Amino acid sequence: MTKYEEFLIEKGLFITAILSIIVILLIIGFIFKEGLPAMESYGFLNFIFGMDWSPSDGQYGVFTMIIGSIGITLLSLLFAVPLSLLCAIFLAEIAPKTMKRILKPVIETLAGIPSVVYGFFGLIILVPFMRVQFGGTGFSMLTASLILTVMILPTIISISEDALKSVPHEYKEASLALGATHWQTIKNVLFPAAIPGIITAIILGMGRAVGETLAVIMVAGNVTQIPNSIFDPVRALTSNIALEMGYATGLHYNALFATGIILFIMIIILLVIANYFHYKKKVVIGGGYL
Amino acid sequence: MNRIISPKMAQTIMKGVLWASGIITVLILIVIIGYILIKGLPVVSLNFLFSDPIDSGRAGGIFPMIISSLYVTLIAIVVATPLGVGAAVYLSEYAGENTIVKLIRFGAETLASIPSIVFGLFGLAFFVIYLGFGWSVLSGGLILALMVLPTILQVSEVSLEAVPKSYREGSLAIGATKWQTIYRVVLPAGIPGITTGVILGLARAISEAAAILFAVGASLSIPISIFDPARPLSLHLYILATEGISLDNAYGTAAVLVILVLIITVVTNTLVERYSRKMMGR
Amino acid sequence: MDLKYKLGILIAIIIIIAYLTFIPSTNYERIQIAGSTSVQPVAEKLAEKFEETHPNIRINVQGGGSSLGISSVSQGITDIGTSSRELTAKEKVGLNEYIIGKEGIVIAVNNQNSINELTNAQLRDIFSGKITSWKEVGGPDLEIHVITRESGSGTRSAFENLIMGDTKIRPDAIVQSSTESVKQAVRQDPGAIGFVSLARMSSDVKALKIDGVAPSEEAVFDGSYSLQTPFIFVVKGEPQGIVKEFIDFTLSPEGQAIVKEEKVVPVR
Repeated sequence: MTKYEEFLIEKGLFITAILSIIVILLIIGFIFKEGLPAMESYGFLNFIFGMDWSPSDGQYGVFTMIIGSIGITLLSLLFAVPLSLLCAIFLAEIAPKTMKRILKPVIETLAGIPSVVYGFFGLIILVPFMRVQFGGTGFSMLTASLILTVMILPTIISISEDALKSVPHEYKEASLALGATHWQTIKNVLFPAAIPGIITAIILGMGRAVGETLAVIMVAGNVTQIPNSIFDPVRALTSNIALEMGYATGLHYNALFATGIILFIMIIILLVIANYFHYKKKVVIGGGYL
Repeated sequence: MNRIISPKMAQTIMKGVLWASGIITVLILIVIIGYILIKGLPVVSLNFLFSDPIDSGRAGGIFPMIISSLYVTLIAIVVATPLGVGAAVYLSEYAGENTIVKLIRFGAETLASIPSIVFGLFGLAFFVIYLGFGWSVLSGGLILALMVLPTILQVSEVSLEAVPKSYREGSLAIGATKWQTIYRVVLPAGIPGITTGVILGLARAISEAAAILFAVGASLSIPISIFDPARPLSLHLYILATEGISLDNAYGTAAVLVILVLIITVVTNTLVERYSRKMMGR
Repeated sequence: MDLKYKLGILIAIIIIIAYLTFIPSTNYERIQIAGSTSVQPVAEKLAEKFEETHPNIRINVQGGGSSLGISSVSQGITDIGTSSRELTAKEKVGLNEYIIGKEGIVIAVNNQNSINELTNAQLRDIFSGKITSWKEVGGPDLEIHVITRESGSGTRSAFENLIMGDTKIRPDAIVQSSTESVKQAVRQDPGAIGFVSLARMSSDVKALKIDGVAPSEEAVFDGSYSLQTPFIFVVKGEPQGIVKEFIDFTLSPEGQAIVKEEKVVPVR
């Protein structure tokens, strides 16, 4: 009887586990069904490497937006990862207890601020600041990535902090007992042991950065040109979908779903890279991963 | 590097750097939350919280939106938490390292990275039209459930894997079955981490607008049945702000959202803390 | 917590969910409206007033965009689709259109800008990128930053048809996705120019006269201010029952007064 129960429970849990695959397949199937016609009739390579996006003239090239999305995401990770990891270490190891008590809920609250608010904050405060400081219109890749940085900080901080805290105490104690300083312990023991969790945190943050729509629309300028510098306006793939979905019909509609396909492929590539590092690190640390 | 700077020096420098980054982050937080509260709080009053909107939100309050937000978020969390935690338990306790498990993990990561606007398109076609749920609380809640599922799954998995092996061995050694061990030992020990996952998911669900833009309806009246259309706070805020209906009320709505999330996180954090202390004491 | 409690909570949740699922929401007759986000505030106001006199009717006004409105009404998902642009010939098949009002499009510049007036041709040259400095139209020596709406937006379509003709808006123009964000962008940049809807106009930005005519509800109504776009209700086939009642209400003097209150120019 108990064995039977155990079996049922295992199968039940298995079903909940494969649910995310089922959902993914549903979403993929649906996006491809709507998006592929556009790629077929416009040509796959033309679509990906086309420089012109002008639905009214039947031009559907998304290359500028691929560059835009990658640029914004990488730039914001560049700012957010070091800052948030340092902050996570600070929270997990250094910060006084009371400070921690206050900071943690505040950081989690930050994750709950709607993106429209960030967008408006960017539009009203950051865009004018950037225009005065760096010239141009103020709408730029840099502006968008700064807003994204703030948006993904809480995700990366709270998950990596949890990862750091869940490294067994014995590790830390052993290292300190061997005469290592606190910082050496953090750098050589705690941090490496927490790497898998930290990578999960970064992936989640990256996912949020790639997928963010409403805030980016308000500050990136949404111009479909290859940026010459980080001070030029760009359009992200997500923005493209959100901007034009309400109006699109026919091939334009399909082309927006095809934009979704590109987004999807990009995300898969990013994830494969991230997983490769995850796997590599795990091997290097050996027994460090529990 | 170690040869140029002594370990003690490095220790002092890095402590400074860590303090600095902590303070920078705090400053960013204070500026943003402060900005919203300063702009929004003057609008917020009991009347604003508990009355119906007038003139599509230009005047009046946001009571139906608060109810809508709670309703939609509740559905999302009630659906996503058991699924996410169940999957996490399977991945960390039952599954070995085989292809299916790798696929599941990859699936969850992909799901986490799918842009909210794509969820929105999918939700419109699948829940609203194909399954015929219409523009309703149910459609919106289910989309949000799918969105927060990977967050809950991944964070729970990390925290379950962090439960020391010795706990499990101890439990199994005294004759508990695998499920009993998970249920009585592993899950309770992983609760703080799981809660973090649920809070992150909750925060994302309550603030999400792009994904439910096409699915939840925009009705200004209070939803009663799960098939009623609704207008959660985030969506109301989006409409107020982008159509320029009333920026003051938009800030007010934003402030209410922020305070709502703040309350949720503080309460759950306190509960988790109390819980952990009780666990430690045992 | 012991098992009994947990079981109790579980049962309670199931009962609540079941109750909510089968709750008699059919007491109300429903009208589903979806489409243009610019029409949404007016439609909501109309719905609010209509519900006051028809307590058994619930109207849901959903955004999503003009095309979503038109396509969902032809698929029969919504009762009324709303659009802030003219329908294409292909879209019109099988649908009935009711123009409920007209909206003026205001050319807005920063309050610090000394320019008060532009001609049609100047406007075209500015938006196409031929004129790049305010100096060329008699203003300060300042680079012009063109801000436009996303392609497909009713406001932009009308602007393109009426001003741009065959010329294109310069490809490096900043794109903003809503009237309010265009307004905010113009408000904070002395060199910016953009277009916003008359209904959402405020003192944050300065409205320009075009060819000597200032934008106003009167000028839109009599057609002397040509930058305008229609607000349309779209119904599949002949409207029936409560849908017909609602559309009749919209076009009645009472309904048109509400439209006017929302600063949209009534048609009657």
